[in-house]
Amino acid sequence: MSGVGFVMLVHASLDRGAQVARHWCDSGCPVVVHIDARVSAADAEAFRRAVADLSNLRLAPRHRCEWGTFSIVAATQAAAEVMLAEFPQVGHVFLASGSCLPLRPVPELLGYLARHEDTDFIESVTTADVPWASGGLDTERFTLRFPFSWRRQRRLFDGYVRLQRRLGVRRIIPEGIVPHLGSQWWCLTRATLSAILSDPDRPVVDRYFRRVWIPDESYFQTLARRHARRIESRSLTLAKFDFQGKPHLFYDDHLQLLRRSDCFVARKIWPRAGKLYESFLSNDPRVTKNADPNPGKIDRLFSQATERRTHGRPGLRMQSRFPPNWWERDRTLAPYSVFCGFAELFEDFETWLEKTAGGRVHGHLFAPERVEYAGGEASYNGALSDSAALRDYDPEGFLTSLLWNTRGERQCFQFGPADRQKVTDYMLGDRNAHFSVVTGAWAVPLFHSGRPFAEIRAEAARLQAVETVFVRRLRERWVRASARIWTLGDFVAAPVDPLQAVVDEVAPRGQRRLTGLPRMRGLAGFAAFLQRLRNDGMNPHMVGDFAADPEPGLRPEPLRQAARS
Amino acid sequence: MLTSYRLRLRRRRLRLRAFRKRREIEARADRTAAIRPADILLFATVRNEGVRLPFFLDYYRRLGVRHFLIVDNASTDGSADYLAAQPDVSVWTTGASYKRARFGADWMNRLLSRYGHGHWCLTVDADEFLVYPFCDTRPLAALTDWLDGCGLRSFPAMILDMYPEGPVDAVPYSAGQDPFEIAAWFDSGNYMISRHPLYLNLWIQGGPRARTMFADRPEQAPSLNKIPLVKWRRPYVYVSSTHMLLPRGLNLVYDDRGGEKPSGCLLHAKFLSTMGEKVAEELERGEHFAGSREYQAYAEALGSRQSFWCKWSERYINWRQLEILGLMSKGNWA
Repeated sequence: MSGVGFVMLVHASLDRGAQVARHWCDSGCPVVVHIDARVSAADAEAFRRAVADLSNLRLAPRHRCEWGTFSIVAATQAAAEVMLAEFPQVGHVFLASGSCLPLRPVPELLGYLARHEDTDFIESVTTADVPWASGGLDTERFTLRFPFSWRRQRRLFDGYVRLQRRLGVRRIIPEGIVPHLGSQWWCLTRATLSAILSDPDRPVVDRYFRRVWIPDESYFQTLARRHARRIESRSLTLAKFDFQGKPHLFYDDHLQLLRRSDCFVARKIWPRAGKLYESFLSNDPRVTKNADPNPGKIDRLFSQATERRTHGRPGLRMQSRFPPNWWERDRTLAPYSVFCGFAELFEDFETWLEKTAGGRVHGHLFAPERVEYAGGEASYNGALSDSAALRDYDPEGFLTSLLWNTRGERQCFQFGPADRQKVTDYMLGDRNAHFSVVTGAWAVPLFHSGRPFAEIRAEAARLQAVETVFVRRLRERWVRASARIWTLGDFVAAPVDPLQAVVDEVAPRGQRRLTGLPRMRGLAGFAAFLQRLRNDGMNPHMVGDFAADPEPGLRPEPLRQAARS
Repeated sequence: MLTSYRLRLRRRRLRLRAFRKRREIEARADRTAAIRPADILLFATVRNEGVRLPFFLDYYRRLGVRHFLIVDNASTDGSADYLAAQPDVSVWTTGASYKRARFGADWMNRLLSRYGHGHWCLTVDADEFLVYPFCDTRPLAALTDWLDGCGLRSFPAMILDMYPEGPVDAVPYSAGQDPFEIAAWFDSGNYMISRHPLYLNLWIQGGPRARTMFADRPEQAPSLNKIPLVKWRRPYVYVSSTHMLLPRGLNLVYDDRGGEKPSGCLLHAKFLSTMGEKVAEELERGEHFAGSREYQAYAEALGSRQSFWCKWSERYINWRQLEILGLMSKGNWA
């Protein structure tokens, strides 16, 4: 026996259903159509008229189909019985819906099935081994009762499930039944289908499945295991589901993608995708030829869509993605380096770092007067403004945008107690933030400022207070940012290793050995300056232990030369 | 509990207000009987937009809008006559105050509740052009069908201010022309977002207007968040322009667990040669938001022949570009 018959369940877009049914009938395949009883009499009549001339098409007795209930199985059974009774030449029965579309010529399908005469193509996996359902009920589909409609009586449905769980109710699964799940769309041999439909146990089995949840994904999948001779556990129908378990739709722009699928039928097709219907309702192999089947491409497209919906693009804040700060471990797109005190201690730190390690090195992005972009730019990638007011209006958004806009380039910037501090906690909670801190370095520019001592003292006290809070927070347990902290005293005593560490952090794969050091500001007399602050009652404790008289070898100029040689 | 009661009262008040304003607008050409059940409708308020209307109607017809419901607020350039002559447009005219109608929102709410129930309704201005994922290959009905399938009732599209390379009045705009041939540039990554504590919508500011005209007072920069596409039900109201709605569940168009919901952009063709006239007129009328401060700023900018363009401006290509830049998202639509 050879030949394939199509059982087609339609409930909407009947004109498309009729179009596909006509294609199959014209190709010599019998079709049995089940029209959902909820379809209006007028629409059903129109369908009947549209297919009246097809001699190998039959209509099955109509059932009212509700999603998730046994009615869909009942409709399938009824239509399949008609198929088996009326078309004895049919060897395989293919279950399809009104929004299915054949992707390959019917002769190819016939040839394929003729080569696999005894094989049932039905996806069928055990609940124990494979998490089938996307979210929600799995094994419980078989062990609880579901008398309420999920669509119309959601509360009752959920409440009754909860109640059964609490009471520990479990249904007894009839003997000989091993629950299996799989795609609703199958292609079974006449032998297997007849065995399922004429099984003497069918009344018991049907009674059991009447209260199983979504039996159209388990009834035939389970019973095929009982009756089939050879099961190939996959569906010949391409159907993709999104993260909420709804089928993805195919549109005109998927034409090339569908051409490269190796499936025989696809669902669901958007009813108004006219180009797809025009292209695929043809038995000319040139039209539907899969030049080079690549079904993985379709898988990737839809798994990427799910990924985009559920995880999105980290580091992006936009109109339809706005997670609260605590939600994300990586609040920004890419790692960045924050330097505290380096630009104060070295005259040319920014240019030196950019030259040595690469990346983009900004000045104080959070300076009170304006945003100090690298190169003194007035605006930056993404048309970010240098206005301090705009930045301070939403500093977290500013930083996130900057990192998003500069994709692919390492960002570094200076930060210190003289800057706007509002953004601090946001950075501390961000795994991408890497701090390198020389505490007390704010004293160096003050030492060189030549301002009246009273002013300097007041300013020093203010900066130290801000920095103390900052460093304390940097060491708190919730902080996700990484941090390296040196006191100015320790840093000046041995600057090479810390600088090497900094360069390695900015250019991790660079493996660069330092060939030159940045020029340190003169520190002659700095110890005395600190002592004067102390004498005035302002202890600069963040500076650390600063050697009263720096050893000659550590003076800036000789150090530079030493490194060069 | 108290909050939701307060919001319900507010919603009732807004609906009542829209109902009271029903006599302010007078039907000039009422073709609403031609609206069929699944049609996508477009609602707009216009004033002296004659030169823009041909392209506007054309653009949305091509996307698949089936009927336009437009309030003409005392145009003197023959806009009302032009609209009344179109076979798929219903026109209402009014001489009443735009400001007292909460910048047209009352009129829109009135028409929406009268004709929008059960339809997907797009509420835009004559200079706003919707771009959504796959808009170059799929009609608007593909989007609304998909939203229906996902049980989503509203779709966000933030305003993307488009501007020309030189001063806004350098290249004249002529009727029927694609405005984005001239205003082809936009800001890609300088938007500031916060969440409204009561209405729960996102409040977005930024773009070229904030960058050039409100750099020293960002809190006054215009709002860019909009929810223009809604499967309308009678109880719904727009609270302020199309920035937010009640019930506030309609404003939850963003994901707050890291994922991305689908969204689009409204390309804003305001900054064209047509602007000079408009600004002078609107300043005289004083019918705009917050004492028309936005228009005062425009007047200053125009006077100095300032350009919005900077070297980081991005030239518009298509929706995929906006998607990659992170201005809009496909969500899980593929």
